[in-house]
Amino acid sequence: MLSDTDPKEETGPGGHTEAVDDALTNKGDALRNDSPANDSPVADMVRFDQVVKRFGDHTVLDQLDFGLRRGERVTLIGPSGSGKTTILRLLMTLERVTEGTIHVDGEPFSHMPGGRDGLVPANEKYLRERRRRIGMVFQQFNLFPNMKVLENVTEAPVHVLGLSRDEAAERGRELLDLVGLADKCDAHPTQLSGGQQQRVAIARALAMRPDILLLDEVTSALDPELVAGVLDVLRDIALSTDITMLCVTHEMGFARDVSDRVMMFDHGHVLEAGPPDQLFEAPEHTRTREFLSAVL
Amino acid sequence: MSEFLTQFSRSLPSVWQGVSVTLQATVLSALLALVLAFVLGFMSRSDQLLVRGLSRVVVEFLRGTSLYVQLFWLFFALPILGFKLEPLACAVVAFGLNYGAYGSEVVRGALNAVPQAQWEAAVALNLSPWQRMRRVILPQAWVQMIPPFNNLLIQLLKSTPLLSLITISDLTFQMDQLRSTTGNTAAAYVTLLVIYFVLAYALTLLMNALEAVAKARLGQGSGLRHVLKPPSAGITDPDGRAARAGGV
Repeated sequence: MLSDTDPKEETGPGGHTEAVDDALTNKGDALRNDSPANDSPVADMVRFDQVVKRFGDHTVLDQLDFGLRRGERVTLIGPSGSGKTTILRLLMTLERVTEGTIHVDGEPFSHMPGGRDGLVPANEKYLRERRRRIGMVFQQFNLFPNMKVLENVTEAPVHVLGLSRDEAAERGRELLDLVGLADKCDAHPTQLSGGQQQRVAIARALAMRPDILLLDEVTSALDPELVAGVLDVLRDIALSTDITMLCVTHEMGFARDVSDRVMMFDHGHVLEAGPPDQLFEAPEHTRTREFLSAVL
Repeated sequence: MSEFLTQFSRSLPSVWQGVSVTLQATVLSALLALVLAFVLGFMSRSDQLLVRGLSRVVVEFLRGTSLYVQLFWLFFALPILGFKLEPLACAVVAFGLNYGAYGSEVVRGALNAVPQAQWEAAVALNLSPWQRMRRVILPQAWVQMIPPFNNLLIQLLKSTPLLSLITISDLTFQMDQLRSTTGNTAAAYVTLLVIYFVLAYALTLLMNALEAVAKARLGQGSGLRHVLKPPSAGITDPDGRAARAGGV
């Protein structure tokens, strides 16, 4: 079993900078290149086994096997409707699998122990325990309009992690500083630009100290001139922490900069996967080539 | 006319007492209705078919039967079955149940109108189901509930003349006394209209203030300063939320 920071320690006191320092000293480079453990499901941070997701008659994911290694940054690309976002939503427990199982860090995630087969679909209590390790940033930001910017960031740390208000506020300010919005603590989300709202949403997700960060087309709803600011923040986070990241994006430059691996999706299948240089420079499939030439 | 005014000023204490009875019945009924509206409104969104169904049946029954008949049933029929309520209690129960049923549809509609994405963001932050409702959804839904609640509150106020039919000396009863004393029917009823209008408008101003405060918390408008201006002039409503809030 690969060692990493104790999850309890991660939710303990201290600002994000501390988390960043930890990340730099514990660096996951060794883990990422640790190929012998590659085949063991336990070594994977996230493991999809034969996952099927259907909405009515429409099959979005078809017997998908898919894994994320600890600290790995993976980008999912592919045409709309190919099932990329569904993977993120399954991991965030916003959707339930139709068939198959998902494991996170070697433990059942979509299911929980029990029943005759050893696994039954997870209930809300079980999911609450599991999904605390996962954070998500949405395409439409989804900030809470009934809370000011800082409150958006401190709400869950106070009510879910049980931090004191002062402690949560201090960490919240540090995170807002990290995304360049220290001066907007008392603003309402409606007073911010889309790019600023998205940076708040990133701070909000990081405030829960996730091990895995899911980014769902986080720049797709932004005006072009605001995209760079958000991507810069994400680049910083990718470079300075060891958070496992799974992105769905159409920003190929960003995908190339931060990804360890890029996966090309089509019709609920992984068409091909590989390091960004390989996939962007020498894609194997015609379908990938067509897609890349359309978006690049 | 001057004779009427003299009589009116002479009977001001009893008119005032009528106003206070009317307001008392309105406020107590509104509180019961509010509680019931939330209980039935939450039940109508339950995962359990039974809970949802029960809420549906109760709402349809209470909405579908006449308030007038409900009130008379509580006042005249219930004692025959061995339960005797004070007249005011009958009124509060009848009004509370009836308007609570209408109010539950307001609650249900407003909760449904909060975008699904807000629930999802709350799940992503691992808030518990109760925290999602209490901390994220309800504060947003509440703003949308206030205008239709205001409608219902005014309707409730205007239903209270029924009180005089079950021996309660409300505003209508007192003014009716004044009408028989003076014999000036036109003046008495015009005065009554005016008093009800003033009361209703006071309630509206109160609810507008409540709405402005609630909206300011969502970063819309700037609170009480815009209370007296119509929404288009003062309160920003970029999503047209108020328009969608819907009535009953």
